[in-house]
Amino acid sequence: MSGELLLNAVIAGILLGGFYAAVTVGISISFGILDIVNIAHPAFVIVGSYVTYYVNAQFGIDPILAGILVLPLFYGLGAGIYQVYYVSFERRGKEALSGLAFFFGILFIAEVLLILAFGVDYRDVRASYIGQSLNFGIFHFPLRMLVPCLASLAMFAFLLIFLTRTFIGRAIMAVAQDQLALRLMAADPVKIKRIAFAISIATAALAGSFLIIIQPVEPSVGREYIGRVFAICVLGGLGSLTGTLIGAILLGIVESITATFYGPSWAPAVAFGLLLLTLALRPAGIMGR
Amino acid sequence: MKWWTFLITATIVAAAVFAGIRALNNDYYFFAGYTVLQFVVLATAWNILGGYTGYVNFGSAAFFAVGVYTTVFLHKTYPLPVPLQIVAAGIVSGLVGLGMGYLTLRLRGAFFAIATLALAVVLQTIIVNWSYVGGARGAYVLRPATIEIVGNYIHYLFLVMLGLAVIALTTARAIEKSSLGYGFATIRDDELAAEASGVPTLKLKLIATTLSGAFMGMAGAPFPYIQAYVQPNAVFGLEYAVNSIAMPIIGGTASWIGPLVGAILLGTLQQVATVTISSAVNVLIVGLLLVAFVIVAPNGIVGVVQKAWRRKL
Repeated sequence: MSGELLLNAVIAGILLGGFYAAVTVGISISFGILDIVNIAHPAFVIVGSYVTYYVNAQFGIDPILAGILVLPLFYGLGAGIYQVYYVSFERRGKEALSGLAFFFGILFIAEVLLILAFGVDYRDVRASYIGQSLNFGIFHFPLRMLVPCLASLAMFAFLLIFLTRTFIGRAIMAVAQDQLALRLMAADPVKIKRIAFAISIATAALAGSFLIIIQPVEPSVGREYIGRVFAICVLGGLGSLTGTLIGAILLGIVESITATFYGPSWAPAVAFGLLLLTLALRPAGIMGR
Repeated sequence: MKWWTFLITATIVAAAVFAGIRALNNDYYFFAGYTVLQFVVLATAWNILGGYTGYVNFGSAAFFAVGVYTTVFLHKTYPLPVPLQIVAAGIVSGLVGLGMGYLTLRLRGAFFAIATLALAVVLQTIIVNWSYVGGARGAYVLRPATIEIVGNYIHYLFLVMLGLAVIALTTARAIEKSSLGYGFATIRDDELAAEASGVPTLKLKLIATTLSGAFMGMAGAPFPYIQAYVQPNAVFGLEYAVNSIAMPIIGGTASWIGPLVGAILLGTLQQVATVTISSAVNVLIVGLLLVAFVIVAPNGIVGVVQKAWRRKL
């Protein structure tokens, strides 16, 4: 195991981890805070990738900018889905089995619609920085990884400030703890949860435009992320955003080292191993109480 | 009805089905019928855990694949008669179910569901990297053309799957009527209260995951013989994962009839649709039906019929 190879694998892992944080932060909100087990989250990431691909191919807009431009669309989609979820399951107290099946169905519908619309070929985007690399001596920072990582961290920081500094953000953090107290503060828990879920879907879509910069995308890629996002979420500790970031970077590094030294075809198994290990040893996660 | 009366009745019905299809004298019906029966077993197996205890298993394709690849492995190493391979597949996938359950069922229900989802990805990774069972390229499994007594091997495989369906349905119904079934129901309705009243919830959940996983594996065991060629992408495909959940939920999860009704209806519908439209549209239809049913009719077709019946009386 050579030192230079290892160091570059760690760098690549940190860059990858930053991106994983962007994919997972939405699940951290929906699963960690709202207690909605949205297993269709990665499907929205892929839908985001395809919308970015479409906008980029049609108008030549930078993929990240394209992702930001379509955010309101996905915010609306998220709000709509939460409304259906609330009326059909949460209000009836049936979220356990039916709610899970509902998101499972959405996962498949999204994937098949993408297959029908775009086929099963890989799609990618064009941007000037894809293919270039920053080099400092023996360290290599491919821009294809660095740009999405920095954009992810920016999105993450923005969300963290929003959740801790604004009234709505604090209400979102509070909705899981005490809904009655929230009502007394003149905030409707259902409305707060709708906003939070809509935000989580919007982050998924933006993470999708980061993903298609990193690698070409086809409709079933999302399934690889199901294990990853939940592994990160559980590893970091449910509901803790800092934990999510630590978990994401940890998984990124472990996966990158595995891919470098044992071959990329083993990488998907790493997340699952980590998930099972966490569940068996410390189900509360790193930052969990 | 005692369980053995049910078994005898089901066997008579099954024999009539076999005789009926044999009278049609067309191998296509045996292929189509085999697929539908395979889904009857898968849906019934899913319902033992999902319907009776309320724990959702998204990894049906993974358990099915464990059965498929147990056969591929045995066929290459030490070929056994098909019924024995089904038993072997049942043991292996039952153990996988037990292990998964042991690691995740002590926590909240959602963790189990997530872990089963991820299990499919990992097993696929292992199979793709395991060249002995064919790796990503897949494996050919040659089936004999004929067998004693039954004659045509396809007819034989159909008969085996028919028998498996009868066993699965009898088991599911026996569980429902037994104290085990009541234990499962307490977990589904209020696990905390059940635990507090002295119901051994973890033990019961482990029994359910093991049984359910074992039947899913058994449903997959004859698959390599009927297809003659096995490839990871096909075995881990969307079709099995979505169908084994959609069928019980659309049929109704409360009793053994639901998965049977759901599997026969959806299975037949898909056999017709695959011939006439594409298989992607197929999965789309099943997905849409699943979402529509959980929103509009959470108790499935059986629930709707029961409600209509009661209103009439």
